[in-house]
Amino acid sequence: MELVSNLALGFQTAISPLNLFYCFLGVLIGTLIGVLPGIGPVQTIAILLPATFALPPVTALIMLAGIYYGAQYGGSTTSILVNVPGEASSVVTCMDGYQMALQGRAGAALTIAALGSFFAGCFATLLLAVLAIPLSELAFKFGPAEYFSLMVFGLIGSIVFASGSVIKAVGMVVLGLILGMVGTDITSGTQRFSFGIPELADGLGFVPLAMGLFGISEIIKSLERREKREVLKSKIMGFWMSKKEIKAAAPAVVRGTLTGSLLGILPGGGVILASFISYMLEKKISRDPQSFGKGNIRGVASPESANNAASQTCFVPLLTLGIPSNVILAMMAGAMIIHGIQPGPRVISSNPSLFWGVIVSMWVGNLMLVILNLPLIGIWVKLLSVPYRLLYPAILLFCCIGIYSVNNNTFDIGLTALFGLLGYTFAKLECEPAPLILGFVLGPMMEENLRRGMLLSRGDPSIFFTRPLSLAFLLMALAMLIVIALPAIRRKREDAFREEGEKS
Amino acid sequence: MHIRRTKDFKAGLIFIFFGIASAVFSAGYQIGTSAKMGPGYFPFALGGVLTVLGLVVSLGSLSRGEGTRKARSFRVKPVVLVLSSVVLFGLLLRPFGLVFSTVILIIVSSMASDEFKKKEAILNAFVLLAIVLIVFVYFLKFQIPLLPSLLVGRI
Repeated sequence: MELVSNLALGFQTAISPLNLFYCFLGVLIGTLIGVLPGIGPVQTIAILLPATFALPPVTALIMLAGIYYGAQYGGSTTSILVNVPGEASSVVTCMDGYQMALQGRAGAALTIAALGSFFAGCFATLLLAVLAIPLSELAFKFGPAEYFSLMVFGLIGSIVFASGSVIKAVGMVVLGLILGMVGTDITSGTQRFSFGIPELADGLGFVPLAMGLFGISEIIKSLERREKREVLKSKIMGFWMSKKEIKAAAPAVVRGTLTGSLLGILPGGGVILASFISYMLEKKISRDPQSFGKGNIRGVASPESANNAASQTCFVPLLTLGIPSNVILAMMAGAMIIHGIQPGPRVISSNPSLFWGVIVSMWVGNLMLVILNLPLIGIWVKLLSVPYRLLYPAILLFCCIGIYSVNNNTFDIGLTALFGLLGYTFAKLECEPAPLILGFVLGPMMEENLRRGMLLSRGDPSIFFTRPLSLAFLLMALAMLIVIALPAIRRKREDAFREEGEKS
Repeated sequence: MHIRRTKDFKAGLIFIFFGIASAVFSAGYQIGTSAKMGPGYFPFALGGVLTVLGLVVSLGSLSRGEGTRKARSFRVKPVVLVLSSVVLFGLLLRPFGLVFSTVILIIVSSMASDEFKKKEAILNAFVLLAIVLIVFVYFLKFQIPLLPSLLVGRI
């Protein structure tokens, strides 16, 4: 069995003392920032990226991946105990998780969130291992036309899953693509949109853009809201679930895991979407939809499993096709490139111990999380009682130091402030920043593949429609666009995002 | 005709601005042909698309009907203080070092909160400074100037 020998190789790598230690550190930091509202995996990975330069590449990736899925565990703790999502993906968990806490079932809610996530993590790790080889073989058949169409599909995906107006989301994607053009054009060496500023010759930095649009603008928005946080004062008693709760939660965990795994693989998808759709699904198929939002354990079990599954399966497109499907994965791609590894189908064959080591470490990390999470809840609760007015200056400071240390230049700090202003303006105008970031990351790759494709076909655009795989991607993208344009689905989508808006 | 949804109208204007800017600057680079695209081809096309999208969004927000939905207003204080604390940090880091710029960043950004207390912010600044020195400088060995360059030069 090839799979078994691959996983064995992965185990060897993942359980070396050094990797084990950094995996632990990663999931611990991940849980910590997952618990704290206002700081997420994007900022954390950006801050810690320079610190991983000294580590071997596999160790660095193991730690950074741990931060990502660890954050999904931590986010649920805050949602359940404080009714504030620690992570965007835990928004839905607030609805039923906090209600359970009010009914004195906080312990059970935390337990099912952790166990559901663990189950999802195991399943997603296995799925990743099974899918990796066939998908990367498929990727070798890709020419520029296929890559271009796949990216179109991914970008349309990010539009479909953005909240608010579709046409504004399209605009944000195009704006992202344009921002991605800044810097030296690789084919001709021409400087584009750099206006003679030397720091722009290599393009806009991804870290300042992401930190500005997400980190800084988020802080300003939170300062406007003046929300009051009330940590549950009563003692969390009884981590054990009742028989009835187990019976209700177990199938929900399985459904959440399947939904999350699928949505994680789709380009443009990701954890937020996964937790949302799985919650909607759970409510839809329930015989008693009224009980959702009033402390139904299935409303915790399903989305928490889904977001954890998705946070792992979304590594599939990056590791096999070389295409990051969301912001965090774009950061991971950046980390791989900095460590001298080009993400794509070649990683499996040229770096097998890295590839399988990272995959197996996800399972190891999940095991650590489930053991770590429950005993540490007391500490997380204490941490949450630190008021936001002390917390946000710290987040700003860590962001600034992180940005500076990526390139050792202060220009990027100014750029971050500029994108912070832009991000805040967009938030006010209800333009979602996620499609912009994805456009920014995919922009240069898209242009290169478009150019190569058109060069091969001597300027005939039909190359994108006559090659079967390329046509399939474009048809799928078209189908997604048609589906959201249908009035019935559009209304549903608006409802889903409205609920999200009210809670966040 | 009047503007029914200011949010959409303004978002459209931003798109038009970036779209036209992109098209205008790209026109200055070599455009090339569709078989052999120059550096200006793709951004020029994108600029055109963005301008059209911006027009659609803006014009879609106009209507003959009654009632205006305004965009939520900006609150000036948090925006200005948070952003200027970041900019100040960037400007002060090289000439004055990490210690000084950290304290400034924390105090200026703390003032953005409605619950600002002077003593608490100063205390917070020094606690965070200690954390930064221990974690980033001592353990992670970040290469960051610590003290004012003038002072270091003299010693």
